Amino acid sequence: MTDLDLIALPGITLADDEPVFTAPWEAQAFAMAVNLHQNGAFSWQEWAEALSHEIHSGEERDYYQHWLHALERIVTAKSLSSEADLAQRKADWHAAAAATPHGDPILLSAAKP
Amino acid sequence: MAPHSHDHSHLTETEARVRALESLLSEKGYIDSAAVDEIVQTYETKIGPQNGAHVVAKSWVDADFRKWLEEDSTAAIHSLGYTSRQGEHIDAVFNSDDTHHLVVCTLCSCYPWSVLGLPPTWYKSPPFRSRAVIDPRGVLNDFGITLPETTKVEVHDSTSEVRYLVIPQRPAGTEGWSEKQLAKLVTRNSMIGTGFARTAEALS
Repeated sequence: MTDLDLIALPGITLADDEPVFTAPWEAQAFAMAVNLHQNGAFSWQEWAEALSHEIHSGEERDYYQHWLHALERIVTAKSLSSEADLAQRKADWHAAAAATPHGDPILLSAAKP
Repeated sequence: MAPHSHDHSHLTETEARVRALESLLSEKGYIDSAAVDEIVQTYETKIGPQNGAHVVAKSWVDADFRKWLEEDSTAAIHSLGYTSRQGEHIDAVFNSDDTHHLVVCTLCSCYPWSVLGLPPTWYKSPPFRSRAVIDPRGVLNDFGITLPETTKVEVHDSTSEVRYLVIPQRPAGTEGWSEKQLAKLVTRNSMIGTGFARTAEALS
């Protein structure tokens, strides 16, 4: 895992050569990009470029918000999923959360009638 | 009974987007959830269980800190620099010969991640949550923990307002150890209640 060239990523905050996360979803988004790369979905250079594109988009966002946008963009650009599917699935998760009593695990199946 | 609006769960827009990606990509086999978990653990050195271990070890060597932790866990923990943006309350619960504490909650947001990092997969699994409440001793057995009959098991269900940090018992034979040495004995599971701190021999 340490062979990943994190330095090649524009704007990443590192402490002792490790990325700094401030919320669990950030680590999750980080790990998904790494795993997609490991599984050959895109090269690390392609990822650095996708991330750079977001950072230079002029949008004011936290770093991992840029990361998440870049991830959604590269996933659709590589046809791993479509924008429509992502939007639908996001709505399903919101519906699942609304149908789940607090304290229970939020399962996607809760969104289905 | 229909759930009241404040009773049901809530995902932020960002959390829902991350879950959408995670579920779609793993269904299609582009990512492997176990591998993603592993990557998270590898990199998660800044908000990992070592923060909680620091809190625990300090409570073992510093009586004033321990007292503060008992009275106002959130403030005591924040004093060591472990804060979360969500500003939730953390309640430290102390294991003793009489009582063993076990924490459950399958919502990621209901895990004290500022001190423990991200929850392990088993913590989020429906079987763990339901069994921890119904049969806590059985769950502990699965984790290799057998408690004397005289030890009471107290199960704490986390909420969005209160998360729990278990302070395990200090292992025997560690008199005179430094806080840093002691912190190495504190495992993540021991701070959830599904384990004990490691023994003194484990480090030697």
